[in-house]
Amino acid sequence: MATPTGLRLPRYRPDPEGTHPPMDFAGYRSTQLRHPAQPLVLLPQMLTEVTGPLLGPGRLGEHDNDLTRQHSGEPQGQRIIVTGRLLDGDGRPIRDSLVEIWQANAGGRYRHTGDRWPSPLDPNFDGLGRALTDGDGRYEFTTIKPGAYPWKNHDNAWRPAHIHFSVFGAAFTQRLVTQMYFPDDPLFGQDPIFNSIPDEKARQRMISRFDLERTEEQWALAFRFDIVVRGREQSVFEDEEDED
Amino acid sequence: MGKLGSTPSQTVGPYLSIGLPWEDGPFVVPEGTEGAVWIRGTVSDGEGAPVPDALVETWQADPSGRFDHPDDPRGRAESGFRGFGRCPTDERGEYGILTVLPGILPSGDGGDQARHIDVSVFARGMLSRVVTRIYFEDQDNSGDAVLASVPEGRRATLVAAKAGNGYRFDVRLQGEGETVFFAV
Repeated sequence: MATPTGLRLPRYRPDPEGTHPPMDFAGYRSTQLRHPAQPLVLLPQMLTEVTGPLLGPGRLGEHDNDLTRQHSGEPQGQRIIVTGRLLDGDGRPIRDSLVEIWQANAGGRYRHTGDRWPSPLDPNFDGLGRALTDGDGRYEFTTIKPGAYPWKNHDNAWRPAHIHFSVFGAAFTQRLVTQMYFPDDPLFGQDPIFNSIPDEKARQRMISRFDLERTEEQWALAFRFDIVVRGREQSVFEDEEDED
Repeated sequence: MGKLGSTPSQTVGPYLSIGLPWEDGPFVVPEGTEGAVWIRGTVSDGEGAPVPDALVETWQADPSGRFDHPDDPRGRAESGFRGFGRCPTDERGEYGILTVLPGILPSGDGGDQARHIDVSVFARGMLSRVVTRIYFEDQDNSGDAVLASVPEGRRATLVAAKAGNGYRFDVRLQGEGETVFFAV
């Protein structure tokens, strides 16, 4: 937005109501003591908000985007390729941007001291991946399909299989952590985290789709997951420049 | 141009420490940098209990008030200044970020913004991040429009206190002394 002193800043659109979960969501018990009770204060988008960390190059190792090759042996489980594009709400690719993932192993067990449920760790799987988007905003991981796992949120609670995704976008306003799910998971109906998204269409955007074309014969299944972060308001100053 | 709906936010869950911490995450600047200060604090919940599975991220201008970013309309500072810090909380809910004070920034309407750092906090039990700002008690915050927009009784929650050679900035997610969080 143009200002009297000539600072022309991009402006990021708010997402429609229902796109993101409420912070206080009774179905997910841990939100009870961890949500702000006071109303949020509106923060105008100024220099610090329309910029953001540009991370990636120099932060990646050779096998960071192939979670099946980080040990001497291969992990157990269904080998999959997960690929997609990081886009803003106007369909613009976000290039050279860091994508971080973490996930459970094929049996639904995380390599973490807090995860003690009786499913074995896999010595050949850490569940951590990083990739950089290319010039089209495209990223790609090779991994194994994570298993579902139980948790203690409610009676006989199970998390649907998912991969955690963290992306930065190009600005502080676009920072997003989400979870990618798999098509037709029978556990969706009882999962409060998945169902915390009020808008049905938005919720469906967290489900990857099976991508037959991207599968590799005799090797790996493939799933496609595009990640969309907030787009920009129509650029006021570009219009103004057009009128000049 | 067709608009695409945003991907919804989801919680980082209890195992964020598998995926998100970096060895150099807490170091916005390397140790030994002139003027470097530790900003430390505790993340606590609605009962005042420490949150041991949170992640604090910071984003800020360099000491001269510039960003190494193409969308800074004053021109990109090709400084290599990372501006970004990231630290998981430990079992006592404590985090620490080593950085230098950011510069004063123009607000865009002729005024100045006081020195500040934007903060995101993620945790199990939080379906989205919360966003807050760090100001500094020994700096001039009087003309800052964002701080002035916050109810007076709550402003102190945004101001880091001098502590030793650095600052202390606690994050109370809920309840007494609840930190001011922003919609951005």
